[in-house]
Amino acid sequence: MARTGALLRAKKFQPGRFNFLAIGLGFIFQTAFLSIRGHALGRCPLTNLFEVFIFLAWSVALIYMLVGPVYRLSLMGAFTAPLVVLLQGFALIAPIDQPHPGKLPANSWLEFHASISLIAYGAFALACIAGVMYLVQERQLKTHHLHSIFYHLPPLTDLFAAITRLLWFGFALYTLGLVSGFFVGQPLPWVQVACAIGVWVLYAAILQGQHWRRFSPKRVAALCIIGFSAALTLLWGITFTAQMQSPP
Amino acid sequence: MNLFCVGLSHHNADVETRERFTGNPETDCVLRDSGCAEALVLTTCNRVEVYGAAEARVSTLDIARCLARKIDKHVPPDSAPFYRYEDKQCAQHLFRVASGLDSMVVGETEILGQAKKTYESARQSGAAGPYLHRLFQRAFRVAKQVRTHTDITRGAVSVGSVAVDLAEKIFGNLASCKVLVLGAGETSERTARALLSRGVADLRVSNRSAERAENLAALVAGRAIRFEEWPEQCREIDILVTSTSSDAPLLGRENLMSMLRDRIDRPLFIIDIAVPRDVDPNVNELDGVYLYDIDSLRSIADQSLALRRQQVAAAEAIIAQHVADFGQSISRALNRSPRDSEHPPVGETPLRASEL
Repeated sequence: MARTGALLRAKKFQPGRFNFLAIGLGFIFQTAFLSIRGHALGRCPLTNLFEVFIFLAWSVALIYMLVGPVYRLSLMGAFTAPLVVLLQGFALIAPIDQPHPGKLPANSWLEFHASISLIAYGAFALACIAGVMYLVQERQLKTHHLHSIFYHLPPLTDLFAAITRLLWFGFALYTLGLVSGFFVGQPLPWVQVACAIGVWVLYAAILQGQHWRRFSPKRVAALCIIGFSAALTLLWGITFTAQMQSPP
Repeated sequence: MNLFCVGLSHHNADVETRERFTGNPETDCVLRDSGCAEALVLTTCNRVEVYGAAEARVSTLDIARCLARKIDKHVPPDSAPFYRYEDKQCAQHLFRVASGLDSMVVGETEILGQAKKTYESARQSGAAGPYLHRLFQRAFRVAKQVRTHTDITRGAVSVGSVAVDLAEKIFGNLASCKVLVLGAGETSERTARALLSRGVADLRVSNRSAERAENLAALVAGRAIRFEEWPEQCREIDILVTSTSSDAPLLGRENLMSMLRDRIDRPLFIIDIAVPRDVDPNVNELDGVYLYDIDSLRSIADQSLALRRQQVAAAEAIIAQHVADFGQSISRALNRSPRDSEHPPVGETPLRASEL
């Protein structure tokens, strides 16, 4: 990330495999960490806010690995890395790694619901990143002020295609996660359910508006950023509330 | 053995002078007869240069005689302002030429391809031997390094190529783009050709004079559209190029807005190269519309050129390092036996066909 920033400032950035390799290496370490943690807990490591943020950062890296090379949006790595660093940095710095009191019983529906929802969040995060890239590129084209980054960003239509596919992918996973949430066998607070459905409705509205050509690509890009911010706030709320409500 | 370069370029000779010294079919033989062990002639639209290696000094006048288009033994010595570089200076000059630093448009890359072609044909004919081999191989390496480590080739520097670059930054692959050219003048033709060269397949031409529209359409493998029908075309096209001689704007914000309703998900790129302008500047405020007039295109071209010029110092530093290194390596080669020098050292192997 620092290397890309320095190269962009020096107007010497050459898109290459470095971003992909750097994120790939980080992904391997993240996977190792989550695996060790999962073995220690005897279940999917999603028992507190710390693990949720690490898992989310892992999901973003996973979706980037799957989607980035397909669309050849090489600079997407430079935009993805800050988000991964932010999520993981917050998880490591904030005092949120509170061990869950008592051993949590294994609940495969709950683990499936949580993990698939977080991978959906990863797709929404990348759609948000592609949205930021779209808005940056669009602004330069509108104002006729082309900076060094202009030459490295992908074409608008490619970015919009990436946004659309990431949104559909994330939406399908999120729907799966939402439906599986009703099978966890535990009563869920109605506020959480309402907020989760609210996020689903928001993304459904974005996709519907895009599909029926009611929203321009610029608006869809902006809504991706708003949607992910809302989804992240909801995730925080759900996990925080769950920790507060857990028995001492 | 000394390396030398004698030539004329756009810096010191006009096209008329350069035309007189583009060489003739006997140039290579004459150069050999003049005492050059190795020699090749690099001829482009901006330069005519002889690069050679000779045991004894070959005079500039002899070279000029060899280069004369018509075989003329009486070329007066001051007939053209030939420059001459020897050894290290010769290497430095070729490195600058191959890197595009000596070109009319700084950073252009065409010269490298021309130099590679010239060298390869000289190598095949035996006109270039181990000395020119080392010199040119190094020049190609330097050019590649300069291109990789500086922004000397960044951005388009002509109005037409800026427009096409922008189109690619909006649409990506232009093969599926529909283009309407409004106006059938020379500028329209140039822009249409630039778009065709990047893969545009669907090109429509409209002009007040249907005959001129048909003529241009035939030239650019497009189809002519009646002038009354062009506004309707805006519903389906992706790129609009306008260069009519209309006194009043042909396209305003209000009439374009109604056309855009059905195509909200597709951007429209408008290249207005007419003076006075054909398109109301306020059109650029519409969502999904990107309007560039001649001034904005020129401004981007100038920015690119300025950026390239800023990179010249960095490129010169790379060249200076290679000149010093090349000077040492050529001295070592000169101290070797002639038998050894027939075999180029590792890393200076002949060009592969794929590099040409």
